[in-house]
Amino acid sequence: MSQDIAIIGVGMHPWGKWGRSFVEYGVKAARDAITDAGVDWRDVGFVSGGATIRNGYPGQVAGATFAQALGWQGAEVNTSYAACASGSQALAAARTKILAGDCDVALVVGADTTPKGFLAPAGGYRPDDPDWVRFYLGITNPTYFALYARRRMDLYGDTEEDFGLVKVKNSEHGFTNPNARYRKKFTLDDVKASAMVADPLRLLNVCATSDGGAALVVCSLDYAKRLGKTDAVRVSAISTVTPTFASAIVEMPDIATDSAAAAGIEALRFREALPRKAYEQAGVGPEDVSVAEVYDLSSALELDWCEDLGFCERGGAAQLLREGATRLGGRLPVNPSGGLACFGEAVPAQALAQVCELTWQLRGQAGDRQVENAKVGITANQGLFGHGSSVILTR
Amino acid sequence: MSEKPIKPAIEGWFSDNNGSPHLLGSRCTSCGTYYFPKTDSYCRSPLCDSESFEEVPLSRTGTVWSYTNACYAPPAPYVAADPHVPFTIAAVSLEAEQMIVLGQVVEGVDVADLTVGDSVELVLEPLHETEENVVVTWKWRPIAGAAS
Repeated sequence: MSQDIAIIGVGMHPWGKWGRSFVEYGVKAARDAITDAGVDWRDVGFVSGGATIRNGYPGQVAGATFAQALGWQGAEVNTSYAACASGSQALAAARTKILAGDCDVALVVGADTTPKGFLAPAGGYRPDDPDWVRFYLGITNPTYFALYARRRMDLYGDTEEDFGLVKVKNSEHGFTNPNARYRKKFTLDDVKASAMVADPLRLLNVCATSDGGAALVVCSLDYAKRLGKTDAVRVSAISTVTPTFASAIVEMPDIATDSAAAAGIEALRFREALPRKAYEQAGVGPEDVSVAEVYDLSSALELDWCEDLGFCERGGAAQLLREGATRLGGRLPVNPSGGLACFGEAVPAQALAQVCELTWQLRGQAGDRQVENAKVGITANQGLFGHGSSVILTR
Repeated sequence: MSEKPIKPAIEGWFSDNNGSPHLLGSRCTSCGTYYFPKTDSYCRSPLCDSESFEEVPLSRTGTVWSYTNACYAPPAPYVAADPHVPFTIAAVSLEAEQMIVLGQVVEGVDVADLTVGDSVELVLEPLHETEENVVVTWKWRPIAGAAS
């Protein structure tokens, strides 16, 4: 357990389309996390920011930007960028700093301000950029999610109704979450009545982009003890492993997979590889997990993640869902926060928002969303180019 | 179709090959790993440090790995018709290359016409028009008579 660090403070700025600077969301989340931790801002020795690529220099130097906004006090800073996995990498940087004995308390912050509609690439004629190429050929983010979803239907017999049920479940979970953007209990009929985006995924199956901010105050176990927080929630694993060559799944934003003609198909895709390392590091297994926050970029992807995290056999996630196992009150609630279905993604904040939710769950402070007796929580999310992150919290 | 001269959407990515079009990829001369798009820089296999490649035509037939469509007009640089006409998209497995390549499916083929495992072949079809040209790209077409 020597690799553990403690989470002593969490905070979020509600998700939405607020039209303000991402710095404001980050500062609000950070101040809440610092207050929650009961530490003095001036005692924070390291500020680790998740970068946002849509907000110019301040976004790309997020660590320093947040440190300046909160009031320069001499802390060291770091900025991490890994698309939606940015928050986990920022957390990993803080953990490394703490475990190296180089700081006692660190602040991890991610916040974003997003444009409306599809995420789109920079302009010009740039065929060397895979992101540009795929948009030029008409391939958007929902295309990839729909390809995975359709394959589930043809291989495992999943139905559009199953994907709808994920949305219905998550919308019930997020209904009372004060930080969620969409707080409406959608029905299967609502999902079916929403416009088709990328068959079989409809508008209500695909996540939106949102503004939002999330922050954590983390520290060494010794420091937590000195504060009297001996039973603080712990970060027991952070996994950010990549796939092995040759990856047999076409991943955003690539137009083609690796060729396995010479190397053979990889044994593990990144979604399977991520939790494997996380479980090993934390010394727990899927059977120990009480609650999970996974990246439902589409409703169907939640089912993929349930299988990747080992909650059931490959192809068995729809059955878990139909049985009610993954809803609040079931044996392994997935996305009690409401997930991306209720939040929409605020890229550099999202992986941290998952950790905030699990912290509240493990503390027993999740209110109407509380998973009974939650002891072990796991997150999973997806970056770009076939990587992602998974974090395990224990208490 | 328009009388305008034909221009490839991306120069050097595919060849008409006298009506039997195929994608142009690279093959590592050391380990045999294929690449699409082409590369001439470094082999990405962790087992190979080659920097030498030959241009090769990729298989022009394959099987459907999965499929979907685009009901909304994608953002630029996609050049959308007004109003947008939904199009079908397939991810296609190429046997010899052991790789999956994405592309649009030819006009007139709907999601309901496809199943994972269907055989498809590569053709060239218009992507959009400019003032001067009909701009073409590769698209996948179901092979008539093949099992579906």
